[in-house]
Amino acid sequence: MSLNAHLVVERSAFRLDITLSVADGEVVALLGPNGAGKTTALRALAGLTPMTGGSLTLDGRDLTRVPVEKRAVGMVFQDYLLFPHLSALDNVAFGPRCRGASKSQARRTAQALLDRVGLTDQASSPPGRLSGGQAQRVALARALAVKPRLLLLDEPLAALDAHTRLEVRAGLRRHLAAFTGATVLVTHDPLDAMVLADRIIVIEGGHTVQEGAPAEVARRPRTDYVAKLVGLNLYRGEAEGHRVRVGELVFSVTEEIDGPVFVAFPPASVALFRSRPDGSPRNLWEARIDGVERHGDNVRVHLEGPVSVSADITQAALAELDLQLGQQVWASVKATETHAYPA
Amino acid sequence: MRLSHSSGNHRDVRRSRVAGRIPWVLTVPAAAGLLFLVLPLAGLLLRAPWPTLLPRLAEPNVLEALRLSLVTATIATAVCIVLGVPLAWVLARAEFPGRRIVRALVTVPLVLPPVVGGVALLLVLGRRGVVGQWLDSAFGITLPFTTAGVMVAEAFVAMPFLVISVEGALRAADLRYEEAAATLGASRWTIFRRVTLPLVAPGVAAGAVLCWARALGEFGATITFAGNFPGQTQTMPLAVYLALETDPEAAIVLSLVLLAVSIAILASLRDRWVNSP
Amino acid sequence: MTVFAAASLTGTFIELGKSFEADNPGTTVRFNFGSSATLAQQIVQGAPADVFAAASPATMKTVTDASLASTPVTFARNRLEIAVPPGNPAKVEGLKSLTDTKVKVALCAEQVPCGAAAVKALDAAGLTVKPVTLEQDVKATLTKVELGEVDAALVYRTDVLASAGKVQGIPFPEAGKAVNDYPIAVLSKAPSGDAAQRFVELVVSQRGKDVLTKAGFEAP
Repeated sequence: MSLNAHLVVERSAFRLDITLSVADGEVVALLGPNGAGKTTALRALAGLTPMTGGSLTLDGRDLTRVPVEKRAVGMVFQDYLLFPHLSALDNVAFGPRCRGASKSQARRTAQALLDRVGLTDQASSPPGRLSGGQAQRVALARALAVKPRLLLLDEPLAALDAHTRLEVRAGLRRHLAAFTGATVLVTHDPLDAMVLADRIIVIEGGHTVQEGAPAEVARRPRTDYVAKLVGLNLYRGEAEGHRVRVGELVFSVTEEIDGPVFVAFPPASVALFRSRPDGSPRNLWEARIDGVERHGDNVRVHLEGPVSVSADITQAALAELDLQLGQQVWASVKATETHAYPA
Repeated sequence: MRLSHSSGNHRDVRRSRVAGRIPWVLTVPAAAGLLFLVLPLAGLLLRAPWPTLLPRLAEPNVLEALRLSLVTATIATAVCIVLGVPLAWVLARAEFPGRRIVRALVTVPLVLPPVVGGVALLLVLGRRGVVGQWLDSAFGITLPFTTAGVMVAEAFVAMPFLVISVEGALRAADLRYEEAAATLGASRWTIFRRVTLPLVAPGVAAGAVLCWARALGEFGATITFAGNFPGQTQTMPLAVYLALETDPEAAIVLSLVLLAVSIAILASLRDRWVNSP
Repeated sequence: MTVFAAASLTGTFIELGKSFEADNPGTTVRFNFGSSATLAQQIVQGAPADVFAAASPATMKTVTDASLASTPVTFARNRLEIAVPPGNPAKVEGLKSLTDTKVKVALCAEQVPCGAAAVKALDAAGLTVKPVTLEQDVKATLTKVELGEVDAALVYRTDVLASAGKVQGIPFPEAGKAVNDYPIAVLSKAPSGDAAQRFVELVVSQRGKDVLTKAGFEAP
């Protein structure tokens, strides 16, 4: 393991306490809602926010008490923070200069990095003339220029518009794959985390609530926050055989399972009926329509009843069913569409 | 969003229609304010003895006083920058008990009547002053009645302008740039030199201009601390004041020379430092 | 009633103003003390004054030339003395001592009356003095002596007396060649002409002379 950290940062009404291990070449995403403490964790790793406890080692070297400028850490800030008075080249050369390289040597290093991120022509541009995507790449080159063993990225794509984001994300993925040290990135966008990271750590309220490979986290969310992010309905219940009791409802599931479990199913798997359907399918309950909103090409209907559920139906179905706010409907989900796993 | 490239958008906003429209209620006081500042200058121009202007200017005393004024004001400004920028940094960034009091003390020379400031300087740096006595006995340096004394008096009176301006710029500066520099391995001194200082450069320039202008016009503290002797300590304002005693027209000529030179210098610097539209 | 008077008259005129107010109930005397040249300029520019008392005939001339005052009368004379800090650290004995380059000397600038008088006295003695400073008025010159920044200065005898021991005065014979006349005049545009006339009469009366002599002035 390249990075081993137990980060503790205490403030008046907040306590961050997470452990974190990242191997060389591995990319770990810290995912969580605003105020969860992910940026605090990143700043603690960089040495910008003092830790009130815990420890931090990188490549076996204890960094807990090492000041920020002496850590072999590269950081890409949320809005890049390129020095406005320096050209792109001098921004990238800044780190090597600070670490003792001669002016010409630092510039050579910087030029090579700009070449690598495809900005050969922009070397003399001031940051004010760069597009958002270019600025992001300069910021990455600047962080890599100090040859860090740990690369930190704070919301690397949040400052970009949706279109640029797609392109820059793909480029960033390539550069991260080529980086040999450990990478920790912070994001609140699940897509960024899925595409860029080998492993996701979900932080809520200063604590790790879930950790795993992106696909695993997406398939088996363990908190409402993650479930919402990945677009699943999620419930916690007690399982007995193929039956899971969630409040007054009992779900039939395909898995044979016992004890406390999560049940998850996508909104698209929920079917709605104006009146109780014939043949009494399983997993059927009565609910009240609480909200209707567009969701891509479909319509997302929020239902209140024994459980809160999101259901995605087509525009045509919405017209056919003639659904109104506050109306009582019947909802059902097929057992084959649900997924149950131990809590 | 605090993207650095968004500055380009600000420029667009400045040119847009709405941003350039002045609420009409502001135009009247604005015009009155301008008149108030400009009319006294017009008075000087009206009463200037134009036919004898050139021969009066050619008098060696005038050129001597002008040269002395420009040299002392410039060196005093340099001293203010060397001492004032670090002081502004401490006031803006360092946390220490009594910081508010220290900040208030910095503005003392602004409030103090300059003549009193001059007396205060004599009491400290004068021949019998606490520090002056020691300077004299240890190094044989006496400041009163010397050109260096003029610079001391000017720097004393003008430094608050620089400190206040730079402190404001430092407070407004985005600290995260300094954090970014630290992650790149920059020591505190490197951060100050290569990041903080360039970021607040417009504030330093603005402060230096104010400081220089104040030093150039300095009268009270200078004549009290450094005295008045042509070629040594007689700057333009002192020459103006004494000319006023016997020959008001000469005083007007000297004032106009001082004004013309300072406006010319400030205007040319402004074009170079601030790329104003 | 407003009186514009030379700064060196501050003490005496305030005393005379008080007794004038006592003699003339209902009349208040307001003073504007300053450099005679500045006061003369202010009067020429239309300042509302009733009486002008100047420290030199030259400054009074500015006002009479502008036809703003009738015939001025000389009411007092002032004579220069060498002022030295208490204890006389530079051992100044007379005007000759001031030519010593080791002695730091302050003079009034030639543009102001005390400076003109100093030049006259030094010329009469045939001496050349290199001062370290030419001060803008006699009070500033005196301050330099009080603070010990200079070893000697030429100021009026009245100033030495008024300093109440903060400086020591050394009389010198050449001062007789540069005695300063103090003229006073009622201004022709005086808003309170009658009171102004009575105030001038008080200044030149025996009572006025007593007050002035006590302060170190000489009778004309």
